[in-house]
Amino acid sequence: MVDVPYDRIADVPPAEVPEVELYHPKSWWTQYVFSQDAKVIAIQYSLTASAIGLVALVLSWLMRLQLGFPGTFSFIDANQYLQFITMHGMIMVIYLLTALFLGGFGNYLIPLMVGARDMVFPYVNMLSYWVYLLAVVVLASTFFVPGGPTGAGWTLYPPQAILSGTPGQDWGIVLMLASLILFIIGFTMGGLNYVVTVLQARTRGMTLMRLPLTVWGIFTATVMALLAFPALFVASVMMLFDRLLGTSFFMPALVEMGQQMKYGGGSPILFQHLFWFFGHPEVYIVALPAFGIVSDLISTHARKNIFGYRMMVWAIVGIGALSFVVWAHHMYVSGMHPHFGFFFATTTLIIAIPTAIKVYNWVLTLWRGDIHLTVPMLFALGFIITFVNGGLTGLFLGNVVVDVPLSDTMFVVAHFHMVMGVAPIMVVLGAIYHWYPKVTGRMLNDVLGKFHFWVTFLGAYLIFFPMHYLGLLGIPRRYHDIGEAAFIPSSAHTLNAFITVVALTVGVAQMVFLFNLVWSLFKGRPSGGNPWRATTLEWQTPETPPGHGNWGKELPVVYRWAYDYSVPGAAQDFIPQNQPPKATRAVQGAAP
Amino acid sequence: MSAIVLFMAVIAVIVGWWLSQQRLTAKPWLEEGSIDDFPGTGAMTLPAAKIGLGVFLAVATSLFALFISAYSMRMNMVDWRTLPVPGLLWFNTGVLVLSSVALQWAYVAAHRNDMDGVIVGLCAGAASAVTFLVGQLLAWQQLRSAGYFVASNPANSFFYMITAAHGLHLMGGLVALGRTTAKVWRGAEMPQVRLSVELCTIYWHFLLLVWLVLLGLLTGWTDDFVDICRRLLT
Repeated sequence: MVDVPYDRIADVPPAEVPEVELYHPKSWWTQYVFSQDAKVIAIQYSLTASAIGLVALVLSWLMRLQLGFPGTFSFIDANQYLQFITMHGMIMVIYLLTALFLGGFGNYLIPLMVGARDMVFPYVNMLSYWVYLLAVVVLASTFFVPGGPTGAGWTLYPPQAILSGTPGQDWGIVLMLASLILFIIGFTMGGLNYVVTVLQARTRGMTLMRLPLTVWGIFTATVMALLAFPALFVASVMMLFDRLLGTSFFMPALVEMGQQMKYGGGSPILFQHLFWFFGHPEVYIVALPAFGIVSDLISTHARKNIFGYRMMVWAIVGIGALSFVVWAHHMYVSGMHPHFGFFFATTTLIIAIPTAIKVYNWVLTLWRGDIHLTVPMLFALGFIITFVNGGLTGLFLGNVVVDVPLSDTMFVVAHFHMVMGVAPIMVVLGAIYHWYPKVTGRMLNDVLGKFHFWVTFLGAYLIFFPMHYLGLLGIPRRYHDIGEAAFIPSSAHTLNAFITVVALTVGVAQMVFLFNLVWSLFKGRPSGGNPWRATTLEWQTPETPPGHGNWGKELPVVYRWAYDYSVPGAAQDFIPQNQPPKATRAVQGAAP
Repeated sequence: MSAIVLFMAVIAVIVGWWLSQQRLTAKPWLEEGSIDDFPGTGAMTLPAAKIGLGVFLAVATSLFALFISAYSMRMNMVDWRTLPVPGLLWFNTGVLVLSSVALQWAYVAAHRNDMDGVIVGLCAGAASAVTFLVGQLLAWQQLRSAGYFVASNPANSFFYMITAAHGLHLMGGLVALGRTTAKVWRGAEMPQVRLSVELCTIYWHFLLLVWLVLLGLLTGWTDDFVDICRRLLT
């Protein structure tokens, strides 16, 4: 610690952050349903995202049943299989992970962590949730329309997405695109809130470099999402035009069932450019909040300041910027110019540098830390290992020459499930175990939590490690039944059955987690305000769960960064961000 | 994709400039103490709504830049037949300029504390914006009766889609303008009105600018310019 002339605090000006006029709910209805309180909206977002996420989980079981025991389940035909993979992918990436990290954790944590009473535009924030809910309802409705949901694959590539050979061609694809458009409109409303709240509603003393990394991650991801989602919006609108009005933005001249179609001249590659201009940043829109949250979990549960805070911030910003110039590495096999491939392979591999910085810093934070193997910490450690694993196979796929033979095999499936499926979900689960006490005032059950972690963690590896091997054998993805082929040994079928059994087991473990969530709500041990003895502002609220307006009468004032753990000479092994320097206490007696 | 990449580069420069003002090289672990030791690192003095509008304009620009990117990629295909621009568009453009001028008038009046001027400006702005939208619909009508349907050629498809996207943004603006007018109607104080009027004015100027760029693109006026850029890039 350096000597800072603290006597200046004696005449601090009144709070520079203007007190916002809070909307005060007048009835149960406006307090819990049409609520403008970011905390309620966060819970609404989280519950909706989890509910639709459970649907996607069940779909993955059905796919695994088919892959593990082909021909056994007569109710899963080839068309349904395609519909399952499409809905599973789309829900998990967009409606679960994006909505949960930004709408759920963003809404709950941003105002609390920056010391604000609420988001800056609460009404728009509320609208954001309801539009999101509408998007989810439209999406879910596709299960019940004639023809069922679209089976075009989560990338919705034209021309097949709107041709009659693809299931869900009448209603499924139209509602899917409509749902995406709604989601983007809803997200933009929420995203404006997250960004402007971080910019304008930080409490006094909360400089950007004192923000917890969670806020940095969510903030940067939101900026990226605001700029990247329009690409998906444009692509969806154009495809809707192609499907409904018969335009030819993406549709080339085609003969279907012997009939010349009315389309002609369109460019499917144009769609791929638009889709991946959104699609690649999307990976980091999910990953950056995870990076931020995991940094805070590790620091708190290892009782040690985060190693290289500045580097962590720069790396987050750097990754955010770089992720906009790598999109075409998803299109190596689309017939692009080799120089293009070279450029995008280079930028892709450059992203490994800031990412590796982050991994090193997490590991160095753990180094000689006072590691508490709590459930959030276990999940955080699980994340680091999984992310490194998934990241390494990313180096394979980022290279054009390695990618070409591996493209469209199970190797790719294993890679992206490790890096943006399992890894972010580890963080989501860890974060739920970490912040559940703040949201409910009760701890989650520890024994159930550890059981949940070990089954999920080991299970994920038993599922996805063998899948890399299947991919190297050349087993293609998206196939309903791989059948008998010379290059597929019979052991591959056994392995597939094994993966299915493990996947179902991991699925059951998630039910244990759901039980824990509900059981602990009523029977959990009361947590107190700050059970993890953490420094960040959300743990310093006068009430737990935080009341309307978060902070009681006065906003907190921040005097230090978010990572004062185990400071030599301090009375406790953590110093909350709003605790004034000692000298001030001696002079003034109390914080201003 | 050069239009959107160019736009992203501009955003990156703005963000980079802003971040460079934020003491990102600080060592927060050494800097215990009150914020007064670190001037200029708090929130900006601008109202939150204005920053919010700024962020929204970035999102909207990103949207239109993507439309333009798609347009310029698709127009290189062989089946592209540029459609004749209805003369009505020039009239519409004039009306949209008037609309912007009217709002600027309201904005200036708001700063002079001239409530009557604000009302005149807002109403004239809204009326001319509605006229613009009606004019756009008439232009569609003319094209349709001349046989230029939405699906008959990609140039037509883009024309209808992009003008619709612009029109929808203007309609959203009209909602905000309506709320501002209602606020004035209810006899709100000038300081409250001033910010709303200013935000509407900024948004109107933005939409005018977007329209001029789109018009240049749709009429082919900027083709030479685009060509030069393309040659510079390759």
